[in-house]
Amino acid sequence: MLALNNIEVVYDGVILVLKGVSLVAEEGRITTLLGANGAGKTTTLKAISGLLHSERGQVTKGIVELDGERLDRLPAPDVVRHGVTQVFEGRRVFENLTVEENLVAGAHTRSDFASVRDGIERVYDAFPVLRERRHNQSGYLSGGEQQMLVIGRALMSDPKVILLDEPSLGLAPLLVEEIFGIIRRLRDERNLTVLLVEQNAALALDIADHGYVMENGRIVLEGPAETLRQNSDIKEFYLGLNEVGTRKSYRDVKHYKRRKRWLS
Amino acid sequence: MPEFEWQFTLVLLTNGVMIGLMYALIALGFVLIYKATDAINFAQGEFVMFAGFIAAGAADLAGAPFWLSALLSISGMVLLGFGLERVVLRPLIGRPVIAVVMATIGLAAVLRGSATLAFGGGTRAIVMPVGDEPIALGAVMLPPVQLVGAAVSIAFLAAFSWFFLKSRIGIAMRAVADSQQVAMAMGIDVRRYFALAWAMAGVVSALGGVVWGAMLGVDNQLALVGLKVFPVVILGGLDSIIGAVVGGLIVGIVENLAAGYLDPYVGGGTKDFAPYILMIAALMVRPEGIFGRRRIERV
Repeated sequence: MLALNNIEVVYDGVILVLKGVSLVAEEGRITTLLGANGAGKTTTLKAISGLLHSERGQVTKGIVELDGERLDRLPAPDVVRHGVTQVFEGRRVFENLTVEENLVAGAHTRSDFASVRDGIERVYDAFPVLRERRHNQSGYLSGGEQQMLVIGRALMSDPKVILLDEPSLGLAPLLVEEIFGIIRRLRDERNLTVLLVEQNAALALDIADHGYVMENGRIVLEGPAETLRQNSDIKEFYLGLNEVGTRKSYRDVKHYKRRKRWLS
Repeated sequence: MPEFEWQFTLVLLTNGVMIGLMYALIALGFVLIYKATDAINFAQGEFVMFAGFIAAGAADLAGAPFWLSALLSISGMVLLGFGLERVVLRPLIGRPVIAVVMATIGLAAVLRGSATLAFGGGTRAIVMPVGDEPIALGAVMLPPVQLVGAAVSIAFLAAFSWFFLKSRIGIAMRAVADSQQVAMAMGIDVRRYFALAWAMAGVVSALGGVVWGAMLGVDNQLALVGLKVFPVVILGGLDSIIGAVVGGLIVGIVENLAAGYLDPYVGGGTKDFAPYILMIAALMVRPEGIFGRRRIERV
């Protein structure tokens, strides 16, 4: 179980980006973190993975724990060793490396070569396309293949928890469905804990077990995915549906501006 | 007016290849650092000079045999590489490129000065235990020092190529070069690899210092060899080991052909600037070099 307790993040020593975020990602479950641009979703992931230091950010308050062990204040490589790996948004493959070299680099924290070979085979089994492309330079793969590669690469460190940042970004709907199917399978087959950041709320709530909604560096809403899907505020602001559940027309928006209930 | 003679050309070409390989060795130090850390090391020539001074000093002052002084030079340069990375370069990570460039230029001056301070201003010799008798390679006579230099260059260029392409550490280093942030997210300790790159550049510079020092003698002028690194890496590609080899060969051959065929007409000097003319032309036609990586553009 990955738990954040009252995390506060400050950039450049003055800009308060996360204002006391608490959330829990249960083991073997998909937990999604929803919110608009700039809500602090990616910062939350970086606070967990220890990657804030490289951009002059700092966790100033709060605790990040994985199964009772403190992760905050650990440097990024140690967080990976504890079993938490982040997948960045935007399909950040090592462009100049081949597919297989990307996977080898992903296994950096594992010293046993046989288990690395084994891990590579498991990734190829999960993503057969990557086996075909194993010796291709990854910068020239298609967008969907690159997304598969970055997820596969993250699996190479044999993580307990994987932090996925917008895996649907810029992919065709059919590919998105395939990627999400893979995420679901990873949860079911490997008992992987997934913390999924998404802007596409409809998709995310569809595969998630539990969800959080962020706004302005705070968690404003939380609940089982099923409950969130029924929540009228979520429907209005994230799923683009009105009270009755039909698609919203822009004509109505002009007439009546709904106020988010959590902004009291 | 010199007649065209195939044997004369052959001599020039062979010499060019030998010298070119040794340029490639020095350029490799530059490429290693640029590849891994994105820093442009203007002190590469001074690294070579300093390494030469350590080797020559150990032999002259302490009477160490050749192999020992070469080993001393290599270990000294590894320490220097680690130290410089830790003290000078690490605090500059994330600063603009110009800051790093200026720092290495400053470093060059410091190294030149401290070498003179420690070892005196005179020219010292590095004596390789291989004799002076030229060795016949087909129709071409070559000094043994040059042959050893070329052999060392080939051996280490091959070793480093293998290291980068096949070993896990090499792959991690290329990953760091590709994207530092993503490498960190994979659990790669980026700073350790920066230090390793500088240490490896130290090794290469030490080898370069010993072979060039044995050919030219060791004094402040030895640092000028480092200036040849720029046409080599611009031609071959700043971040390519193969590029360093090919660029080195081109520069070596062009230099020798210019010396053989142009200098007699103009009274000398073309040897020294011909590679730079080639460099400027290369910058206009193919700025990333022959083997340099291009940005992958997605459309």
